[in-house]
Amino acid sequence: MTRTIWDSSVGKKTVMAVSGLIMLLYLIAHMIGNLKIFFGPAELNHYAHWLRTVGEPFMHYEWTLWLIRVVLVVAVVAHAVSAYQLSRRDIRARPAKYVNKKAGKSFATRTMRWGGIILGLFIVWHILDLTTGTVHPGGYEHLHPYQNIIDTFSTWYGNVIYIVAVVALGFHVRHGLWSAAQTLGAGKATRDRALKIIANGVAFLLTAGFVVVPVAVMTGVVS
Amino acid sequence: MNSSREYADYTTGEPVVDTKAPAGPVAERWDTRRFEAKLVNPANRRKHTVIVVGTGLAGGSAGATLAEQGYHVVQFCYQDSPRRAHSIAAQGGINAAKNYRNDGDSVHRLFYDTVKGGDFRARESNVHRLAQISVEIIDQCVAQGVPFAREYGGLLDTRSFGGVQVSRTFYARGQTGQQLLLGAYQALSRQIAAGNVEMHPRTEMLDVIVVDGRARGIVARDLITGKIETYFADAVVLASGGYGNVFYLSTNAMNSNATAIWRAHRRGAYFANPCFTQIHPTCIPRTGDHQSKLTLMSESLRNDGRIWVPKAKGDDRPANKIPEDERDYYLERIYPSFGNLVPRDIASRAAKNVCDEGRGVGPGGQGVYLDFADAIKRMGKKAVEAKYGNLFDMYARITDEDPYKTPMRIYPAVHYTMGGLWVDYDLQTTVPGLFAIGEANFSDHGANRLGASALMQGLADGYFVLPSTINDYLARNPHHDEISDEHPVVREVLDETADRISRLLAVDGDRTPDSFHRELGELMWEFCGMARTETGLRKALERIPQIREEFWRRIKVPGTGEEFNQSLEKANRIVDYLELAELMCLDALHRAESCGGHFREESQTPDGEAARRDEEFGYAAAWEFTATGEAPALHKEDLVFEYVHPTQRSYA
Amino acid sequence: MKLTLRVWRQQNADAEGAMSTYEVDNISSDMSFLEMLDTLNEELIVKGDDPVAFDHDCREGICGACSLVINGDAHGPERTTTCQLHMRSFKDGDTIDVEPWRAAAFPVVKDLVVDRSSFDRIIQSGGYISAPTGAAPEAHAAPVPKPDADYAFEHAECIGCGACVAACPNGSAMLFTSAKVNHLGVLPQGAPERETRVLDMVAQMDEEGFGGCTLTGECATACPKGIPLPSISAMNKEWLRATRKVSR
Repeated sequence: MTRTIWDSSVGKKTVMAVSGLIMLLYLIAHMIGNLKIFFGPAELNHYAHWLRTVGEPFMHYEWTLWLIRVVLVVAVVAHAVSAYQLSRRDIRARPAKYVNKKAGKSFATRTMRWGGIILGLFIVWHILDLTTGTVHPGGYEHLHPYQNIIDTFSTWYGNVIYIVAVVALGFHVRHGLWSAAQTLGAGKATRDRALKIIANGVAFLLTAGFVVVPVAVMTGVVS
Repeated sequence: MNSSREYADYTTGEPVVDTKAPAGPVAERWDTRRFEAKLVNPANRRKHTVIVVGTGLAGGSAGATLAEQGYHVVQFCYQDSPRRAHSIAAQGGINAAKNYRNDGDSVHRLFYDTVKGGDFRARESNVHRLAQISVEIIDQCVAQGVPFAREYGGLLDTRSFGGVQVSRTFYARGQTGQQLLLGAYQALSRQIAAGNVEMHPRTEMLDVIVVDGRARGIVARDLITGKIETYFADAVVLASGGYGNVFYLSTNAMNSNATAIWRAHRRGAYFANPCFTQIHPTCIPRTGDHQSKLTLMSESLRNDGRIWVPKAKGDDRPANKIPEDERDYYLERIYPSFGNLVPRDIASRAAKNVCDEGRGVGPGGQGVYLDFADAIKRMGKKAVEAKYGNLFDMYARITDEDPYKTPMRIYPAVHYTMGGLWVDYDLQTTVPGLFAIGEANFSDHGANRLGASALMQGLADGYFVLPSTINDYLARNPHHDEISDEHPVVREVLDETADRISRLLAVDGDRTPDSFHRELGELMWEFCGMARTETGLRKALERIPQIREEFWRRIKVPGTGEEFNQSLEKANRIVDYLELAELMCLDALHRAESCGGHFREESQTPDGEAARRDEEFGYAAAWEFTATGEAPALHKEDLVFEYVHPTQRSYA
Repeated sequence: MKLTLRVWRQQNADAEGAMSTYEVDNISSDMSFLEMLDTLNEELIVKGDDPVAFDHDCREGICGACSLVINGDAHGPERTTTCQLHMRSFKDGDTIDVEPWRAAAFPVVKDLVVDRSSFDRIIQSGGYISAPTGAAPEAHAAPVPKPDADYAFEHAECIGCGACVAACPNGSAMLFTSAKVNHLGVLPQGAPERETRVLDMVAQMDEEGFGGCTLTGECATACPKGIPLPSISAMNKEWLRATRKVSR
């Protein structure tokens, strides 16, 4: 069965849909976590600590977090590899272009590939910035996300990179969520409107929930 | 009276007799024949190759079924895919004597209706078999997944068609032919995948190879490379459709052609009743000289649409400005019991008559109204849309008029050819080993085909009749000598084919193939169309050889024979139309009676209906080819009516 | 009407192609697009030039042979087949681009003619119900609820023209394949082969070199028979169901 799925274009799309949904669930949780910044450093830093102790005593310190990280890495890799392979197939399937080109598809659809690449690069920067601290602009302090976030969003490029990426994420989710529903067989003529509304709503909330943090730092609401 | 003798353009040969039809009660003949026919041992079938030309309802179903039985089938179509054969365009439905409506239908009634509808020029044995098989066809198609229209209880829906008073027509919206053809195509595809059918799309048959009096193969041209190749077999089945395109404008597909059957005719197969052509009453009128083909509006529309013209001559008010009492619903007036559902030949002629009186509507007065105002009032627009939506859309697209608001304009057009290669009860032509099925043969519709019977006949021939009867021939002729391109007969056929192609290319004249086709078509429509006269037919017979001569002097075919060359394909088909047209006119001239679609103005009743002359013309006319431009020989097959006694058809 | 046509000309499958420009005059708005091309071809033949090759047959919108990309749209600006497109959709003086279907799985044969045999092979891989002639039960033995029959019909309407592939930026045949999968899958007669059918047809579709679906919706917009986009989702569902049920 695994072979059938991986060898088929429909199967690879399924892999993309499932991995995408996993990442989307994570992002929703991530966004909710981020919003704790509005309740002060103590609450946010406590939350960061809790992430490492969740599941204790059954789980050892950070086990749950690492488990989540492993799942996420697998999802990202699966998503990216299938996207790459499917894109290669799609490009090969249409070697000659039309002389008369028409722009038909929606902005989100057309930007899925570029959006995906932007998000991939962003994830790398984001981890180096706020997880490992490698490229962090201020003095990175482990388990003190409140100050780390303020440091990042105190630089112009930190804001630019983050906001561009989050907007790209919004578009990506808007088409991707609807698309995943189609791929997993949930698409129906009677349900199409509802699916589109849900996809647009989730994309909007997610974008807003993430963007509000740098905006708050920039405007001094959070400092 | 010996009127047919007066025409010196043909000779009369020995009568032709159908030796395969068993005697006995008509209802038992098909069983008897199937029992008497020899069988081929299943293990031996693989060793037999059968060529099938065409992939329409008849060819597609025959190819699939023969392959299922174990024969090796080699099949051809000129289209890029077997799914595009012109059966796909049949709209209305398929008849079957299921009597699901409990409205008094039966096999015998379908048999009776078809013989009567054909104006007593079809064989009783064949028609009865067709009616018997009709029942199995529906079962077969449903099993294949053909999505026939259904009622809310999940059972099959039916509707009425012209010439009958029961509701026995099964349908799939306005696309019945498409759905049935896709069923056959899918069955064929399954056999192609299994390796039992070797399919050659974009390959056109150009001649048949007859060795020692038996059909042994065909010569065909690969339309992409232009290569002319031979294919050998133990039997050849022609399912290449009718010859309506002789008229240039018809409801046939642009590339439907008569080459396969005409080449077979030239090689010895008799051609029967070539003048029996069906003019369909409900087509969209032509708009100008650019017109390349005519589009049919399904006969099913006559279930709910009412046909009328203004009572006054030259009344050019728009339809909705003409008050009810100034309209002439002429079919309902002349034929009160069948009304708008009279058979096609009668509806077409009535339309021609009112237009000839100057009461036609639309540009040039060549049209009558088909009005749905009453149906919309009665059933509501939604119900009309559900039933006929796709036809209304098609009409609107072509004419730029909204048929929900203004009545459709329709006019008769060439649609189907009842004539075709003469075949016996086994569907074998006069060339042993050469079979003809579907519209390509002449057998079941007499002088007029009833609506929804073409699909029935094509599938009956292909699924059930031929696969049974061909066994007998193959069993009796089990071992053939191997032949190859080196065989002198094969060499000769190949050379003739190559020669014809190179002659077409060599003329390099100044007229396009279409210009000749159009000229021939206009001539045929005028003199061999809805109404024929001796003078007109003689004029046509004089003119056709002249066009033929001019064709070979002035035809221009660009390009070469070794490439994809659509002009060459066209020109090559016109060569055959130019010969076939002559035979059609000759047949129409010799048959000095009116029957069904063949209306001779000299032979009509006082109220203008077709007057048959059974004593003199109660036969099928089977023509034998002699040489191009030479007098052919007529062989008569007497038609015997034991069950349905010929009467003047009355639909009043 | 007077029009300027820019038409893709390509001598054969191996030759290089290019757009050629032609002028046509005296075009009536009642002409179909193909009749307009007939007019051009008549002129070309008389001049001794090679006429433009294009596939066409029934000219009633049902055989699926005609296949032109007109001004970047498969079958042109109206939602119909090329043969049912009329010149009243254009204006006097327009320049019209005419190109063949473009897809790796539809190689050009000549000019505007392409090879669509890949579609036939998809059907051959499983787009049928195995019902040998003679073996059929009585037609009313298995009633089909009307909604299912209607659903089957809507999908069975596909004419196999390939506009979906031509319009798709990925050259994907998902809409074509899904139409047949859904037509046969919903019927009780199609149930025994329901799982193998979808698995085999999707595998053949991939094998032929068609692209994957990115749900741009271009296919359904171009489809002259209105096969709906959710048809693809329904096939995905069938496919996933089949992978669970059949072990391969």
